[in-house]
Amino acid sequence: MEYILIIISAVFVNNILLMQFLGVCPFLGVSNKVSTAMGMSGAVVFVIALSTLVTYLLQYYVLIPLKIEFLQTVAFILVIAALVQMVEIILKKISPSLYQALGIFLPLITTNCAVLGLAIIVVSKEFAFSGTPGMFNLAEAIVYATASAVGFGVAMILFSGLREQLDLNNVPKSFRGTPIALITAGILALAFMGFAGIV
Amino acid sequence: MSSNNFLIKGILRENPTFVLVLGMCPTLATTTSAINGMGMGLATTFVLIFSNVIISLIASQVPGKVRIPVYIVVIASAVTVLQLLMQAFTPGLYNTLGIFIPLIVVNCIILGRAEAFASKNGVGASALDGIGIGIGFTLSLTAIGLVRELLGSLSAFGVKLGSGDGVLVFVLAPGAFLVLGYLMVLFNSLKSRIK
Repeated sequence: MEYILIIISAVFVNNILLMQFLGVCPFLGVSNKVSTAMGMSGAVVFVIALSTLVTYLLQYYVLIPLKIEFLQTVAFILVIAALVQMVEIILKKISPSLYQALGIFLPLITTNCAVLGLAIIVVSKEFAFSGTPGMFNLAEAIVYATASAVGFGVAMILFSGLREQLDLNNVPKSFRGTPIALITAGILALAFMGFAGIV
Repeated sequence: MSSNNFLIKGILRENPTFVLVLGMCPTLATTTSAINGMGMGLATTFVLIFSNVIISLIASQVPGKVRIPVYIVVIASAVTVLQLLMQAFTPGLYNTLGIFIPLIVVNCIILGRAEAFASKNGVGASALDGIGIGIGFTLSLTAIGLVRELLGSLSAFGVKLGSGDGVLVFVLAPGAFLVLGYLMVLFNSLKSRIK
């Protein structure tokens, strides 16, 4: 039950993209087509699940015992960058078809702030789920991070569908490109606000 | 590059928010008020100057293949210094900006300037570039924060201007997208009128 609440909260109520503004760059950058949005979302879910596992263990078994928590930012970004590289190399070898689908998105993910953001959120007490103080255990952390990544995917795919429609319309000159995309995202965020309070 | 030019470049020609559309996450998330926007802008400016100076010093020593990881480590170190300083001197702002302070590491503006400018230019020019782009970013964030604060809570820089509540949605998430979108429209139409 608790896990279901975490999942609903992370996917809809506290949607990482539209409510917490993590990962807006790829959201605006690669959301022109539904198919690329799907590829990007798949890669993000995969990398976030993996990187959260690694950074969670790093925080509790290396940084805290050695009392070097202040190195968190440096350590996490290095781990994420290395992990993305490794995933790319492994995928290329063992699953060329998956690599074909996700490959071009992987290098972009290192600078996706949703990955570093979630890694920091799940290990810090201040940002704990639904205001309850205390830390996530490992299983909760991974469920929360993966569900957030799925929320990223849901928002991304919805938005790319809207943008495909938008391309067919005659938009005033100064609205073209990013401005109209931002206004569309604002309306989508308004819609997501309707989920507030269901958990 | 003349010393006047870097300001014009940072604020107008290569404005990171309105022209380059970089660093959108902190732009949207931390501009709930003018003060918060300005705080985030100044924090980013600090990291930008720090990393630009260091990277312009070491760029000739770094082998091309590992330059991106090296730059990221330099930037992450700058952010860690900033985190410790802000915890000590501005704990209130540190708590408000929260997770977006460590996330300066993945702000594309900083790595972008390191790669496009600091790695190819001298220390002085790189520092000026950092200041120019930083000021452009700070001004944009303050402007967005000011508009959201005015509409959302009828106040400016924390000073209440009228009675009543304002339109709360502008302080919440959707307002961030809407205000930035419309400000960008304004910026574009002004720019095309000047041309």
